[in-house]
Amino acid sequence: MHSFGYRLNGLLTFAVTILALMCVIASLSDNLNIPSPSAEIQIMNINWFQKQPKGSDEVILTMNISADLQSLFTWNTKQVFIFVAAEYETRKNSLNQVSLWDAIIPAKERAKFWIRSSNKYRFVDHGKNLRGKEFNLTLHWHVMPKTGKMFADKIVMSGYSLPEEYI
Amino acid sequence: MSYFTQNSLLSFLGYPVSLQTFLPLSAPSLHFTMDWQGQKLAEQIMLLVFAVTAFVAGYVLGSFQMMVLVYAGGVTLTGLITIPNWPFFNRHPLNWLDPSEAEKHPKPQVTVSSKKKGFKK
Repeated sequence: MHSFGYRLNGLLTFAVTILALMCVIASLSDNLNIPSPSAEIQIMNINWFQKQPKGSDEVILTMNISADLQSLFTWNTKQVFIFVAAEYETRKNSLNQVSLWDAIIPAKERAKFWIRSSNKYRFVDHGKNLRGKEFNLTLHWHVMPKTGKMFADKIVMSGYSLPEEYI
Repeated sequence: MSYFTQNSLLSFLGYPVSLQTFLPLSAPSLHFTMDWQGQKLAEQIMLLVFAVTAFVAGYVLGSFQMMVLVYAGGVTLTGLITIPNWPFFNRHPLNWLDPSEAEKHPKPQVTVSSKKKGFKK
């Protein structure tokens, strides 16, 4: 407490410690928010279903994705990362997950949307198991905060299947 | 950590702490001094009040940026009030002991008694 420098240091240290505490409380306040999201995915068309030369099955499909994820946003949300994954079971693996499409939602206004798109990432199997395969399409989301803990959850939509024979 | 907060923290934790009165060697050149205890208290209270206000403002308005801006403004205001030696906070200054006077009365030496575990006669 002798000089300008000492007092400035003391003040700034205390101020930054309190700022850290405020960020912790802000992150805890996210738990007060109870989200109620909804989503729906339709497969419009299977464009391509073949096995790669000397390789595994590959699918290209067009999806219609519509969702309302506005209730996920709080004052402490920076962005929401969403992706659609196809999940199915084979003889070798009890769960296969293939990410087909993803997006970043930067603000609450953009969280209610619909989009028609083919899969961004290749839907390739480990092997040749996809003929007549039933699969789920799951919409996962990660709520990324400005400070604190990230929340992740998903909606599982079932009842999709691939054709019995290659197209 | 500042001297006083360190002192009060140590005394809170139970450590023996001696609060030495300062004999600033440059006393004649310190024209304006502040009440350091009061300054520390004022700083702590102002920062806490601004923190609570900023958090409530941010939460109600739903804007994280608002919280940080209000808090930053609060920190600056607190700094402006507590850090510089404002003359109007020094209406009743302490009378420091003159250095030449202090030399005539040296501080008593504390005799350190050595502890011996056992006497062997």
